[in-house]
Amino acid sequence: MTLDGVQTGWHRTWRQVLWVAVIALIILASVGPVIYGVLLSVRPLSAIVNEPLSIIPPPSQVDLSSYATALGNEESGGFGLVSFMRNSVVVALLTVVLTTVFSVLGAYAAARLNFFGKRSVNVLFISVYLFPGIVLAVPLFVLMSRIGLTGSLVGLLLIYVAQTTPVALYMLRNYFAAISVSVEEAAMIDGCGRLAIIWRIVLPLALPGITATGLYVFMIAWNEYLYALLFLVQDRPRWTVSLGLAQLTGATVPAPVLMAGSVAITIPVVAGFFAAQRFFVSGLTAGAEKG
Amino acid sequence: MTRARREDLQGRALVSPTVLVIVLSSVLPLLAVVLFAFTKVRLIDIPRISLSNLTFSTANFTQLFASPTFRSVLTTTIAYATLTTVGSLAVGTTVALVLRRPFRGRALVRALALIPYVLPVVASATIWKQLLNPQYGLINAVGASLLGWESPIAFLSTPTQDFLGLPVPVTLLVVTFFEIWKTAPLVFLFVTARLQVLPTELEEAAAIDGAGPLARLRFIVLPQLRGVLLLLLLLRFIWSFQNFNDVYLLTGGAGGTEVLAVRVYTELITKANIGSASAYGLTMTAVLLVLLALYFLANRRQVDS
Repeated sequence: MTLDGVQTGWHRTWRQVLWVAVIALIILASVGPVIYGVLLSVRPLSAIVNEPLSIIPPPSQVDLSSYATALGNEESGGFGLVSFMRNSVVVALLTVVLTTVFSVLGAYAAARLNFFGKRSVNVLFISVYLFPGIVLAVPLFVLMSRIGLTGSLVGLLLIYVAQTTPVALYMLRNYFAAISVSVEEAAMIDGCGRLAIIWRIVLPLALPGITATGLYVFMIAWNEYLYALLFLVQDRPRWTVSLGLAQLTGATVPAPVLMAGSVAITIPVVAGFFAAQRFFVSGLTAGAEKG
Repeated sequence: MTRARREDLQGRALVSPTVLVIVLSSVLPLLAVVLFAFTKVRLIDIPRISLSNLTFSTANFTQLFASPTFRSVLTTTIAYATLTTVGSLAVGTTVALVLRRPFRGRALVRALALIPYVLPVVASATIWKQLLNPQYGLINAVGASLLGWESPIAFLSTPTQDFLGLPVPVTLLVVTFFEIWKTAPLVFLFVTARLQVLPTELEEAAAIDGAGPLARLRFIVLPQLRGVLLLLLLLRFIWSFQNFNDVYLLTGGAGGTEVLAVRVYTELITKANIGSASAYGLTMTAVLLVLLALYFLANRRQVDS
């Protein structure tokens, strides 16, 4: 049995070294692959193949042409990621708008109101959240083909809204539950209707939470791959960023271009994450504290 | 109208748009998948599908249960889901415990540790494919020059390779490792949230009584994390069991990594067989439900005894 206070010096130093090493390993494992991607994207392919170990290129070797190739349009010999980004921005933004409207209304009801069927609705939402997406993808693919919505961003949008609303609703419910009800009660006595209360009181107070939830939904839509693959693969002009990059990987595209593409589609997501990181953490883990 | 009655109506009105979207996009498709699983229907039949001309049979399931593919895919899926779940819980909890003690820059390290979780899966799979590349990937380069590997390892297409006389499922371990790397941050996040609200008195008292750091971890901290870890165990298993993206993007199912979700996709798109894809999907859901039921039974028994 050793007490903290009477440990021998070397024992303590050894523990300190181990602790620093583990933290260094955590940072390396989290950020290392991304940095490797960035470093590969600025080197010519011949240099990568000849000297795979010298991962940090000398300044004279740095070459940004891969980004032009990955992002540029097809007419100028590029792979068109910029036009895929346009598709992804449109779908992701529309998903955010629709999901926010649905989930704000639903989350308010779940946080504040008692209504018949509340429990079954909750169970329904959780089941949808946990149900295997690939299983639903089969009938959705058939139904969408039957009504001619494959090859259209509208079909994708509907599915993204349905897939993101339950998790958005869950996050928002936690934010709403944390807002005091007394202001709302005062407003109701003054004759405010329910929608007016949501619009004038709840929305402004929950705005940080709603912004974070919106960003999270944007990320899910931006990163989504399976449904984009199923619905849009035949239709190159409508590809989203994730599908576009995955299709490049299948083709014989040189590594630096692939890495440039990966870095380019990652930047918006990581930037958004760091902007709203604090809100995510509290929104996603609300409930875990009780645990 | 009474206040309770009005609240009831308003509540139902406010959730109805969400319920409508979910019924259309999840409940109806679920019914359709049950229907398709019992019919012989292929992709070319899509323009002619209607409720009146479907003929029902159990042929899809007879074929599925008779095929050796199904058994191997099911085994792979359970191995993959179990290994990734246990791995991500272990790694995520360790990271949370290491970052528990305050130090300068801890907030930044905590934020960086979440990066694998927020990266677009296509981007991280593409980057890892380069890292693992046999010709120019960093890992094989390090192995060849520093660890003395005689020939590069094809990490993404090697079902088994002998290592010290034991057959090692290389590619399955690689996709498992990738999934642990990608999902451990979520475990880290949840465990950290729980750690932040633990009362410190117990630990301080134990330290004064002479309990070392490992004893405090084992007897005071871990028991209090039990609830959140059991929840994460459940969630991670459900999600890993149905994972499509990570495996498909890394290997396409090659190298002994074909899991149920990838098989459903192959049946639907490559084999153009809606019926058997649905049968695979439905069986996958059933297996998941059975495993969940066993989990809850085992937990209840533990609580009882």
